[in-house]
Amino acid sequence: MSKILNVFAGKKAFIPFITCGDPSLEVTEQLVYAMAGAGAGMIELGIPFSDPTAEGPVIQAANLRALSGGVTTDKIFDMVARLRKHTQISLAFMTYANVVFSYGTERFVRQAAELGMDGLILPDVPFEEKEEFDGVCRRHGIDLISLIAPTSHERIRMIAKEASGFVYCVSSLGVTGMRSEITTDIGAMVRLVKEEKDIPCAVGFGISTPEQAARMASLSDGVIVGSAIVKLCGEYGRDCVLHVSNYVKAMSEAVAGA
Amino acid sequence: MKKGRFGIHGGQYIPETLMNAVRELEEAYDHYKADPQFNAELAGLLNEYAGRPSRLYYAGRMTKELGGAKIYLKREDLNHTGAHKINNVLGQVLLAKRMGKTRVIAETGAGQHGVATATAAALMEMECEVFMGEEDTKRQALNVYRMRLLGAKVHAVSEGTGTLKDAVSATMREWTNRIEDTHYVLGSCMGPHPFPTIVRDFQSVISKEIRQQILDKEGKLPDAVLACVGGGSNAIGAFYHFIPDPGVKLIGCEAAGRGIDTAETAATLSTGRIGIFHGMKSYFCQDAYGQIAPVYSISAGLDYPGVGPEHAELYDTGRAQYVAVTDDEAVHAFEYLSRTEGIIPAIESAHAVAYAMKLAPQMEKDRILVVNLSGRGDKDCAAIARYRGEELYE
Repeated sequence: MSKILNVFAGKKAFIPFITCGDPSLEVTEQLVYAMAGAGAGMIELGIPFSDPTAEGPVIQAANLRALSGGVTTDKIFDMVARLRKHTQISLAFMTYANVVFSYGTERFVRQAAELGMDGLILPDVPFEEKEEFDGVCRRHGIDLISLIAPTSHERIRMIAKEASGFVYCVSSLGVTGMRSEITTDIGAMVRLVKEEKDIPCAVGFGISTPEQAARMASLSDGVIVGSAIVKLCGEYGRDCVLHVSNYVKAMSEAVAGA
Repeated sequence: MKKGRFGIHGGQYIPETLMNAVRELEEAYDHYKADPQFNAELAGLLNEYAGRPSRLYYAGRMTKELGGAKIYLKREDLNHTGAHKINNVLGQVLLAKRMGKTRVIAETGAGQHGVATATAAALMEMECEVFMGEEDTKRQALNVYRMRLLGAKVHAVSEGTGTLKDAVSATMREWTNRIEDTHYVLGSCMGPHPFPTIVRDFQSVISKEIRQQILDKEGKLPDAVLACVGGGSNAIGAFYHFIPDPGVKLIGCEAAGRGIDTAETAATLSTGRIGIFHGMKSYFCQDAYGQIAPVYSISAGLDYPGVGPEHAELYDTGRAQYVAVTDDEAVHAFEYLSRTEGIIPAIESAHAVAYAMKLAPQMEKDRILVVNLSGRGDKDCAAIARYRGEELYE
């Protein structure tokens, strides 16, 4: 049974994303505790990649800051081991195929599972390429999260059928980053998924305000926010924890009330 | 073999947002590649507009001076816009037009692919935007002006190392942003399926012509075909129709930069390992954790940390051999060919010329080498002058 399903059991979830090691792994660890305390249902931990092709400028810059600070996959695993002594909040890694592949997919997923990670999100691994990763993930009890996009159309059923954990609904065309409005018919995407499979759907890309979050949550089971939080980390550096915590509290309340 | 794979390499490692776009492209390509009217129109453009077939020129002075194998130069530098890039671009823009697209976007390194795309867009009435690393817009300022003159909008990409890989990433991001009316004219035999196959097919006109030309001139196939390899489009074009002939050695010349034992290199097959990036599984220059390396070469067109998946497969099976050529060797060849044959090669192509200069003297005089001269070197003159310590203002 997927541990991620508990995140959505009887409630809507707010899912914040942070880039590990921005500004430092010590701060990342503190951010996880603070966000868990502020009402986050699940947390996405970004493992930085040198060339994150699905990211907008805010998360691109965070990736480079983290890498130039010396963060590596192994150091991130060590941090997760530390924080698992203090919190049981659901956690998913979000990174790029090459980070997992070059570590050794089997070795990466086995270690992530042993550390108590629940999910893995790889934005550059679509349905057609997922078997190479999904087989390993299933063996180790980690959900490889499937993404659907505004351009997916008839692909949504095929993707939903084999999805596990939750379905990540990409709200807009383009890369990650804040948008003033979201014009995609999210409700229709979610309905197509649910017709195929009873699985939670969380919406991400472009969401930054509590109003947007409430609207998206009313159409789905959860809301994912990255750039707006990573922007706070960039602005406030080592002092970002309180700012992020306040933001996550406001967003979690907006999502829960939807 | 799985669809779009070359051995274990290739595939479609791209965001879901782009999957229907590449599927639509694959369907359109499969349809039009068998369409006589499309092929007649493309052949017309290649011949009447781009100037094909390009000449296979016997480099007599060079052959005599080096004292070994006979050297032939495949003159892709004589194509309209000055490089092989136009072969692929005319095909892709014609295809995009058939698909009802009104806008094309492209990445460019040295600027040759950007200029070719801007040219085809002007000819076929398409809107055109080109993404070029900021560093490269400085190294190749003249090409930036040419693209603008042709009506294209040029974006300087400042992310990352500001070179070709960042230009590819920026163009991919732009494509996810606007798909409906836009075709991404990928410039090399890389990226997600079906691009490596489409680009190879459009470039394979090079080896098709070489084969016929060398049989006409020499009555036999060459002993080796040499081409420079960044992403590898001119090389796969020059190799393709010789792959079934085991007697023809295929030699790809990568950019070693300051040397393959230094960090300042772009020789992917000499120094990289298998990874997944820019939509494909292939070899990449990367660190122990899979972070893509900031590669270096004097040549903006070869300054790329990966290689097309079909080259990765030719490398794995040993059908092709890949060698590394340093900046110094390439610059020397650039000057040598200019003086000896009166042909100024692109600094990219000079990498293949440099290896031919090493190889030819070791071969018997009745042997034949074909070097694919993928582009002309006017664009490189200022940079080479600077390399030699001479300040030259364009």
